[in-house]
Formats: sequence, C-alpha cells, structure tokens
Amino acid sequence: MTLLRLTERGLYCEAGGFFVDPWGAVDRAVVTHAHGDHVAWGSAGYLTSAEGRDVLQSRLPSDARVTGLPYGEARSLNGVRVSLHPAGHILGSSQVRLELGGEVWVVSGDYKTDPDPTTTPFETVRCHTFVTESTFGLPVYRWPPQAEVLGDINAWWRANQASGKASLLYGYALGKAQRLLAGLDPDIGPIYTHGAVERMTSVYRAAGVRMPPTIHAGSAARDTDWSRAIVVAPPSADGSTWTRRFGHHATGFASGWMLVRGARRGRSLDRGFALSDHVDWPSLMATVEATGAERVWVTHGFTAPVVRWLRERGLDAQVVQTRFEGDVDDEAARPEEAPA
Amino acid sequence: MRRFARLYTALDETTATGEKIAALADYFRAADAADAAWAVHFLTGRRPKRLVSSVRLAAWAADAAVIPAWLFEESHAAVGDLAETITLLLPDTGQSSERSLAYWVEERLLPLRGQDDEVQRREMVRAWQELDRRERFVWNKLITGAFRVGASSASVARALAQASGVAEGAIAHRLMGGWEPTAEFFSRLIAPDVRDTDVSRPYPFFLAYPLEVAPDQLGPPSEWIAEWKWDGIRAQLIRRAGRTFLWSRGEELLSGRFPEVEEAGGLLPDGTVLDGELLPWVGGRPLPFAQMQRRIGRKVLGKRILEEVPVILVAYDLLEEAGEDLRALPLNERRERLATLLDRTSSAGRLTVSPPVSAEDWAAIADARLQARDRGAEGLMLKRLAGAYGVGRRKGEWWKWKVEPYRVDAVLMYAQAGSGRRAGLFTDYTFGVWDREVLVPFAKAYSGLTDEEIRRVDAFVRRNTVDKHGPVRVVKPVQVFELAFEGIQSSTRHKSGVAVRFPRMLRWRTDKRPEEADSLDTVRALLTPP
Repeated sequence: MTLLRLTERGLYCEAGGFFVDPWGAVDRAVVTHAHGDHVAWGSAGYLTSAEGRDVLQSRLPSDARVTGLPYGEARSLNGVRVSLHPAGHILGSSQVRLELGGEVWVVSGDYKTDPDPTTTPFETVRCHTFVTESTFGLPVYRWPPQAEVLGDINAWWRANQASGKASLLYGYALGKAQRLLAGLDPDIGPIYTHGAVERMTSVYRAAGVRMPPTIHAGSAARDTDWSRAIVVAPPSADGSTWTRRFGHHATGFASGWMLVRGARRGRSLDRGFALSDHVDWPSLMATVEATGAERVWVTHGFTAPVVRWLRERGLDAQVVQTRFEGDVDDEAARPEEAPA
Repeated sequence: MRRFARLYTALDETTATGEKIAALADYFRAADAADAAWAVHFLTGRRPKRLVSSVRLAAWAADAAVIPAWLFEESHAAVGDLAETITLLLPDTGQSSERSLAYWVEERLLPLRGQDDEVQRREMVRAWQELDRRERFVWNKLITGAFRVGASSASVARALAQASGVAEGAIAHRLMGGWEPTAEFFSRLIAPDVRDTDVSRPYPFFLAYPLEVAPDQLGPPSEWIAEWKWDGIRAQLIRRAGRTFLWSRGEELLSGRFPEVEEAGGLLPDGTVLDGELLPWVGGRPLPFAQMQRRIGRKVLGKRILEEVPVILVAYDLLEEAGEDLRALPLNERRERLATLLDRTSSAGRLTVSPPVSAEDWAAIADARLQARDRGAEGLMLKRLAGAYGVGRRKGEWWKWKVEPYRVDAVLMYAQAGSGRRAGLFTDYTFGVWDREVLVPFAKAYSGLTDEEIRRVDAFVRRNTVDKHGPVRVVKPVQVFELAFEGIQSSTRHKSGVAVRFPRMLRWRTDKRPEEADSLDTVRALLTPP
C-alpha cells in the first residue's frame, strides 16, 4: 500500500487529502519544520508541531492559518492517523507519522540525533516505510563531538580577541544560529547578532529556549569596540558591506560542509566548524535500522549512494526526487547552502 | 609528526600571509634541523616520487574503512582530494605520534619504495593506526603529493629569514635549484656567511604585476624602459666554472632541451647569469607558442624539429658578471653591461638583447603596445631604469602591460567538477560558438568567476543537465559568457578548427540570449597569418 506519492507539488497523502512539506500552495499542508525549502506560502491550512508553531507562523504571512499539534498526539485526517514526533533538527522540527489500516509511514524531514539544547531530542519511530533525508549521506561525514566543536569556537573567539580582531561567526539564521548562541560562553565577551538572527532568536526566547544575552549589531553605537565581540550572522552576510563596520575581523562558518577542507577554502573563510543539524552517515544508517523499516525512500542529498548501500543490505530503497535543497534565506540554493 | 601537523593546521586555518609566516617562523625556530629540512622540502612544493599508486591506496583505505570500492569512489568525488578522503573515512584510534617528521619520512615513508604490495599495504595501515586525524592527513598528503597549503616559497624564505636573521634574498637564492633535504642542508640554508658556492644555482626570478593605473601616473617616461613582453619560457642561463645551466622559472633544469641555447651559453665567460625568454625564433620574430609546445612535448629532439623550430634566448637582464652579483645595480647599468657582453659573444644570434621599445612619451608607448600582437608579443613590460633586480613578485619597479585580450561571447555547453578547493563544484566549463544552427565547442575555461558566481553556475548545471558522459555534464545551452583569450591559432586537433591561448571568463552575460553569442566565422576572422 502506498500512503504517500510524489506529485508536482510534493509528497501527497491521497487517503488523508494532505501534503507533507509541499512546494506549492495546497489545501492542507503538514510541515516538518520552518526552513524555506520545506515551506511554501499560500496554503489554506498548515499543521505543524505545537513547539514549532510560532516559528512557522513567523515565516509566513500573518494571516496564514497555522495549527500546532503537540508531539506524540494523534489527529485523524480523513481517517489517516497523523502524529508528529521530534526530529531534533531545529526548534519544533518534526517527523510525520502516518498510519492507515495498520500500515505506518514516517517522513523524517530534516533531522539529527546529536544532542542540541535548543530543540527536543530526536525520537525513533518504528515504521514500515521511512522517508529519509540524505544531505550528508556519505561515510566521510562523521561529526566530531558537538562539545568539542563548540569548545573550538570559543577558543577561536578568545584567540581573535587576543589579537584584537572581531569574530564573525556564520550560521543559518534559523536553527544553527541559536544552537551556536546556546554554545557560546558569554563570559568571553559581548555577543552581537545580525538582524535576521536576532529575529529568530527572539522567537526561540519566547518559546522558552535559554539564550545568552545578545545585542543587535545594527542597533549598536557607531563607535562600538568590536575587537572583543563575536557576531553571529547568516552566511549570506559574508563579504557584504554590512561586515565592514567590524573593522579587523576573522570569519568562521559553522556547517556540516566545513568538515571538508575544500568547502571551506572555496569560501575563503578563516575557519570552518563542522557543526551540523543533519544526521551524519553513521547516525543515518543507525536510524534507518532503528525504525525497522523495510522500505526506505531517500530524498535530498547524496541519494544514490545511500540507496545503493541500503539495497546491498537487503532493503527496498529508492530515490525520491523532492525539491528540498536549500534554505531560501540564503540566495544561492545548492547543497552547500542547505541548512546544515 | 605532531608538531608538523600542527604547523600544517595553523597554515591551513588562516588566509593572512603575515600569520602564515609567523607560524612558519615559530616552527623553524623550534624544529630540529633534520625536521626543518624536510618541512622546507615539502612546503616549497618538492615531493617524493610517487611511492604507492593511488588505485592501491584507495583500495587499502576502503578495506580499512570497511566500505566497498564504489562507496569510496563516491566519497572521493565529493571530497575531491584522495588524502583527505582517506583521512575522513578511516576510524579514529585515539593514537597520535610524538616521533619526528624526519623519522616519519626517512624510516616510514621512503622505505616503502620498491616494496611489494603486501608490505606497502601493511605499512600504510600501521601508519594510519598510529596517527591522529590531522597527522594522518599530513601523512597521506606526503604519500599522494600535491602538498598545497597556501604558503609560497617566498613566504617560506621570509619565515626562515625571520627565524635565522639571515637576509631573505640569500635564503631565497639557496632555496633555488637542486638540494637534498638533510640537516646539513638546513644548516647551510640558514648559515650567516652568504658567500655561496653552488655553481648551478639560479637567482630567484623577479616578477611583474599587471599595470593597474594609467602609465602616465608612473612618472616621466624617461625614468622607464619599455620592452616587448614575449610569450615563451622565462629562463636563466648560467655559465660558471666551465659549465652551463639553463633553468626555467618553475625551477626546472632544462638540460638537453634547448641544446642550441646551451651551446651558445658555453661561449659566455665564467661567472655569467642571463635572465631572458626562450623563444622559437625565425626571421626576426617568434613563432607561435604552439610551435614551442611541439618541442616541449618531445623527449628526443630530431634534426628536423631543431631546424623547423630553432630556439634562442632573448635576454632581458644580466644578473651576474665575472662572478659578481649585479642585482643591486640599477637596470640601465645592468642592461648596458648586458649589451656589451652579448656584443662580444659571437653566438650567431642565439643570445640577443631584447630590444627596447623606443618612444618619446607615454602616448607613443601606448601606440607601440597596440602593435605587440603583430610583433608576436603579448604586450609591453615597463621597468624602472633605476630599479634593482628584486626577488619574487613585487609592486613598483616592474609592470606588465598586456594588450587587450580577444573577446568572444560563447555559450556554456559542458561542465565538469573541479578538484581541491573547487571539489564538488562544477567549475570547469566548455564553451561553444555557433556554426549556423549548431554549437561547436571552441574553448575550455576554469577561471575568471567569483566564488559566488561559481556557486550560481554550479546550481544552474545541477538543474539543467540534459545528459551525462562520465564526469561531464551536458547542460541546456542557454547561458552566455564573455570569454577572453590571448592568442588564436588554427588547429586540426580541435573540432572548431581553432585553438585559443589562456582562455578565461570575463563576464557572465546574463543579459544575453544564447542566439546572441558569437559565431565560428567571427572567431575564425580573428586568425591572423602567423
């Protein structure tokens, strides 16, 4: 039985009459999380997690109808039992569980299994068919422990301070930036934010996520001494005139892509920090196994190698060509730009 | 290995030259001479001959990482660098090595040469287990070569000068040419007595920057000399102790490649060093560079090619005379001595002075530049007459002022992923022009776009691939780019019938539709009789 199929507008559940993360306007959209490549404007109704409701609302026109469903609570849509389960990607990110006649499907959205204080931890959901992302679906991607990377970032900030340089730390405005903020040590110096980061951080604060004190860089006085500061900004700010105000500064980018040297050098950054909000290869494989799924649909990322690897292990795996590919917050949509 | 790996990481983590030099100087101050010698060896781009084939290395690494060969290949394609791919795939053992760089090179790396596969495999796996991630990366880099970390030879020389107090020029000179990376060499490298004896050693080449301002801002033209900028092989011809050496700018000894020039070099008095350009020369003008390439490509130079493509040295400068280093003298004096010297040498035209372009004012010099292409030159060189011969690329004394390149609007047809820092991105493009209704590929180009543009073109390629041939993507022919190139030749090897020199992208013409791109006829019209 096929609970979902791929249509022109995305993954569609015919029995339930709804789409999961459609890329066009539909009647009813179930949304895994609020990153631009998973959210399209103009749908009549949106269903997302209660934890992520305000995040999603903040990214949609104010009259959009967004309903929040607490994690684990089921709702029947035309007889299809739908529930949302934490995906650990960003605040309020969900996996969507669909059940009809004893058949269970789970759509992962974007997810990670590593700890992150700014979001509810990932929960394994048993299913027959698992629709998984594969952003980092190659065995070269194995994340170093998060605490180690955050330690490196704080050490880098201190070292920049010692040589009188401001630290410009890039991370996607929604999710990555808040995870970074939560990991920064406010005793080192003042923490400033780019406007886009500040907006999303206030949504996190309102949701009760602990954030260190931050100052909006755009509202700072002209004669601010930036040399002791760290500034958290979206990567699209790199090289823009906005960065000139900070004078002598070092740049760092926190993203899973930064694990590979060429990706960092291609951007001419001083430092890359391999901190990702997606599963790495070992976690991806462990998760697929833990779901108990016999059928796996593999979406955006390194789909072909993941499918081949799973097939060689006896699973019924196939590539599903979704259009999830990059955060619309950042101009160029290519894998490097995906919220990582 | 730990210290050297740390140096590598420090160099890799900064884009600021000053910080790189400081990290290098710190390393050299503390390093043992044997380690330092190997560090200089690798950092200046020297590498051991390939000890282990890439294919085997990949197979052993895949085994050690417990993944199939196809998945190793997928990973390699995404990472773009073999050494790094292996580093990322292997499990961490928690070990790290205190042993010195010299130990790792001399006791572990070099003995791999000539060993059978099984011994090599066992030794590689053992090394991978003993090293942590950073060290393993450096080790793999030593094995695979291509040790690029953004530190130029000039930076290494400057760091050595800072660490030792010896003049940078002396160190740069000692780094030229052939040497063995031993503790003894390193001691000589930083020896305070700078009267060196090595007879074959060339001087570091002095290089020019492109002219950035209007020439009249350089001051009165009487303070400058303009010369043709020839498109050949920059070289130093050395005659010392009865022997002749010919070096290319890439620090390659060209022995036996240009016998007619070396023979002429034998006529020079001992203690002479000329700086000039090797050019295929017939009837008072150079042949196209493609002719030179015919010669470069050959192992054995037959009589016929020596007759068809005779090469001479067109000398720009005299760096040493009667064993005396002349580099600090003003250019006009060096040139006078050069002219006198070559006047006295009957080389049958194989050693000649590059003629100055005489002109009264900047306007006349600018006019002369426009004739460069007719003379077979790339443009002009402007050199300050009172200037010394410097080291490396410096601004102020020498400027290159090339002629405007040819420009053509062409359509992006194929794309291929790059390597190194461009790994995983489609950065290598093939462009076509119209032959009636059909696009004919006519040039490949890799450079000229900003990183941001590369990312956008890459995204375009991914979404508009219509076919794949191995690593090559055929894309929808809709994007127009303005290409520039320096020279054009008819060619039987290319479908388009032309071969262009130094093609690169000037601009992405998003304002142009593909049908507005140039035609093959337009391109062919640029062909001038050689």
